Amino acid sequence: MNNKYMKPLINGLLKENPTFVLMLGMCPTLAVTTSAMNGLGMGLTTTVVLIMSNLIISLLRKVIPDKVRIPAYIVIIASFVTVVELLLEGFIPALYSALGIYIPLIVVNCIILGRAESFASKNGPIESIFDGIGMGLGFTLGLTSIGMVREILGAGQIFGLQILPASYEGITIFILAPGAFFVLAALTAVQNKVRNKKGTKAPVSRCGEGCASCQNAGCTGKIEGEAK
Amino acid sequence: MTELILIAIGAALVNNVVLSQFLGLCPFLGVSKKIETAAGMGGAIIFVITISSAITSLIYTFILEKTGLTYLKTIVFILVIAALVQFVEMFLKKAMPALYQSLGVYLPLITTNCAVLGIAITNVQKGYNFVESVVNGLATAVGFTIAIVILAGLRERMEYNDVPESFQGMPIVLITSGLMAIAFFGFSGLI
Repeated sequence: MNNKYMKPLINGLLKENPTFVLMLGMCPTLAVTTSAMNGLGMGLTTTVVLIMSNLIISLLRKVIPDKVRIPAYIVIIASFVTVVELLLEGFIPALYSALGIYIPLIVVNCIILGRAESFASKNGPIESIFDGIGMGLGFTLGLTSIGMVREILGAGQIFGLQILPASYEGITIFILAPGAFFVLAALTAVQNKVRNKKGTKAPVSRCGEGCASCQNAGCTGKIEGEAK
Repeated sequence: MTELILIAIGAALVNNVVLSQFLGLCPFLGVSKKIETAAGMGGAIIFVITISSAITSLIYTFILEKTGLTYLKTIVFILVIAALVQFVEMFLKKAMPALYQSLGVYLPLITTNCAVLGIAITNVQKGYNFVESVVNGLATAVGFTIAIVILAGLRERMEYNDVPESFQGMPIVLITSGLMAIAFFGFSGLI
């Protein structure tokens, strides 16, 4: 395996993990992680869309005019989301109904447009595929781990298997909406702690920054693109 | 009429868009440091979501359903919303400069806000007609504004508090949102 291809892979999984480090794509992160299985399903669905859109955008990067690139990216991403949505509806209806409205909302997930803009539009197709795999798996890792914490605390199970003794009464609130906020807060706090120990700067309000920069990249580009 | 009121209360309070459906989290966490900016963002969201639910509802009923192309809704809606935000911005700049001054900065941020697309798709999935869609859109956006203004107020207070080092920044904001989400559970007895 060539080092050139491994680097974006590792990068997405650990160094720039979209959930814990970049804090991108927060809506699905909190909404669908009621169980480890749902987190995994959402993560893999996003991964597929990310890989395909990265590949196509990378192949078309010299064809798409710079001024209309963001609308063009959005159309490509939305097409793949539609394809994936129809496939899920047809072949895995259980996951389709569990994820519900959050499948079409993959279109507005910051991660996908962000990678299209910052990686796929500048690199070759093979590297872009690996970047998509790395980022997608990093996202899947984040979602699955949050889902696992919530499922253990809320139901005493992981992937539907009973882990804690049956006498354990689940703390239902962790499966409901507030639990998502608490679990993510705790995981981010742990990460802050580790960073503080290492002496690196704590990522204060990283989320706001991450989203704002992502939105700026996406939106101002789009506005310019459409205005001209 | 009762039905419309039920939709409105359900969308604004019971199923609050941020606190129970997690749509529009980015602006919720990102621009909630001051009450004024939060209110400005809320105003812009109310404006855009109401108009976009009206237009996407019309497009869905009169174009997509007539031609049998309903599976294209995601692509069509996102393009319509992007163009609409752009149009609203230009219109406000010309026609209502005062309103543009206060909302203008937030408008470009809204296109990537998943709440806008989320509401358009929810309207379709629940089979709402034109009036119901508009009411649902407006109420959802009002719910968003309520939530973001409350959070901004809490964050302004929190500035003076002694937060544990690891919880400074995002974690404490997330915990606050979690507590707000619990508080909003109280509304679920309403309908």
